[in-house]
Amino acid sequence: MANNQVSREFLFRRMHSLLGVIPVTLFLFIHLFTNSSATLGESAFNERVEFLETLPFLPFIEFFFIFLPLLYHGVYGMYVAYTSGYNAGKYSWGRNVFFVLQRTTGVFTFIFVIWHLWTTRFSGNTPNFDMVTQVVDSPFGYWFMIIGTVAAVFHLANGLWGFFIHWGITVGPRAQRVSAYAMMGLFLVLSAVGVAALNAFYAAV
Amino acid sequence: MSQKEIHLIIERQDHTDSAAYTQEFKIPYRPNMNVIACLMEIQRNPTDKDGKGTSPVCWESNCLEEVCGACMMVINGKPRQACSALIDQLEQPIRLKPARTFPVVRDLVIDRSRMFKALQKVKAWVPIDGTYDLGPGPRMAERDRQWAYELSKCFTCGACVEACPNVNERTKFIGPFAISQVRLFNTHPTGEMHKEDRLESLMGEGGIHECGNSQNCVQVCPKGIPLTTSIAAMNGAVNRHAIASWLKR
Repeated sequence: MANNQVSREFLFRRMHSLLGVIPVTLFLFIHLFTNSSATLGESAFNERVEFLETLPFLPFIEFFFIFLPLLYHGVYGMYVAYTSGYNAGKYSWGRNVFFVLQRTTGVFTFIFVIWHLWTTRFSGNTPNFDMVTQVVDSPFGYWFMIIGTVAAVFHLANGLWGFFIHWGITVGPRAQRVSAYAMMGLFLVLSAVGVAALNAFYAAV
Repeated sequence: MSQKEIHLIIERQDHTDSAAYTQEFKIPYRPNMNVIACLMEIQRNPTDKDGKGTSPVCWESNCLEEVCGACMMVINGKPRQACSALIDQLEQPIRLKPARTFPVVRDLVIDRSRMFKALQKVKAWVPIDGTYDLGPGPRMAERDRQWAYELSKCFTCGACVEACPNVNERTKFIGPFAISQVRLFNTHPTGEMHKEDRLESLMGEGGIHECGNSQNCVQVCPKGIPLTTSIAAMNGAVNRHAIASWLKR
C-alpha cells in the first residue's frame, strides 16, 4: 500500500528537527561560549580563536558539522515557515503566539546568519578581536548583531521546546509547561551571554 | 415578556461557490436560550433586523447536548458547538460564521468529508470482521481504559481542524483529531494488532509531522480531549517505529 511507505516529507521534517539540535544548537552553544571570552579581554578572545583555528580537520568539521546542517535547517525552515498558517491575530493564546515567533525569528535568523557570514567568515579579514570590533563599529552593525543574536537564541530555546515534543520526550501538559519555563530561562541566560560578549567588543571600539 | 432583544450578525453564503455576505438579525430574548434556539427563531420568522423578509439561515444540528458535533461553527471568533453556546454567557452582538477551513455548503453548513477521509486514512477502527468467530478479545487494563475513554469522546466536530494554523491550502495536514484517534485505537487491545498500519499512515502525506505545536487544538476542543498529549505520545511512537523498522530492514 502507498501509505505503508514512510513519506519523504516525514523524514525531511524529522531531519530538520534533529539537525536543529545536533549539531546546530550544539554549535551555537560553543560559538556563544567562545564569544564570551571577549569579556576577558582581547588577548583571551584571540587565544581562543587561535585554538579553534588550529583544530585538526577544520575544513571538514566546518563543512559537515556546521555549514551543511545549518544550510539544510535554514532552507527547509523557509519552506516550513511558508507552509505554516498564521492565525495568532484570531487566536492569541500564548503557544500560538510562540508558534508565530518561532517562524518569524527563524526567517530573521536565516537572513542574519547570511549577513553574519558575509561580514566575518567570508569577509576576507583575519578572524580575530579586531574583525568583530569593526563589525559592531556602526550603529547598524551593532544593533543587527544584538537583535540577530537574541532572535537566534529565542529560536534555539523555543525550538528545543518543540524538539522535546517532536521526539515524544515531554508528553503531558505539565511536562510541556515546565519545559516551556525552563527553555525561556535558557533564552534569557543565552541572550545575556550573547549580548555581554557583543558589548565587550563594542566597548573596545 | 421582556423587551430585550438578541442581536445576531451572521455570515451567510447561498451556494458553495457564491460570495459570502453578512446579515443582521434582532430576535426577542427568552431566558436560557442557546445559539440554536436563536437560529430556530430566525427560521420561524425569517426577517432581518430592518424587518425585511429573507431566506432562513441554514445550520446543522442533531443532539443539542454536545455529543454529536454537528453544530460546530465560529461563534464570536471561536470555533465551538452552537448548542452549548448559551446566549446569557455570550457578548452581544453575537457573530456567527461558518468554519471556513471546510468547504461551506450553505450559510453555517459545512462539508466535513475531509475529516472522515482522514479517519479512513489512519484506520480509526478496530477490525473484528472475519470468516469465523474470532472469540473475545484481550481485556483492557482499567488504568488505560480511563484515559482512553476521554479520547473516545471525540465527535469529529472539526473545531481543532478549524483552529489549527497548519491545516491550510499549503499543507495536507489531516488534523489533530485523527492523531488522537490513532492513539485511542492503538491503545485498544484488539486495535493494537494493527498499530503499525496506523503509525505508518501518520508518517504518510499530511501526517503527524505537519504539526507545528501551536496547541490551538487543545484550547478549542469542546470535549477537553488532551490532543497535544496524544500528538506528543504519537510523535514518540512514530519515531520509535520509524527507527525500529529501518533497523530491521
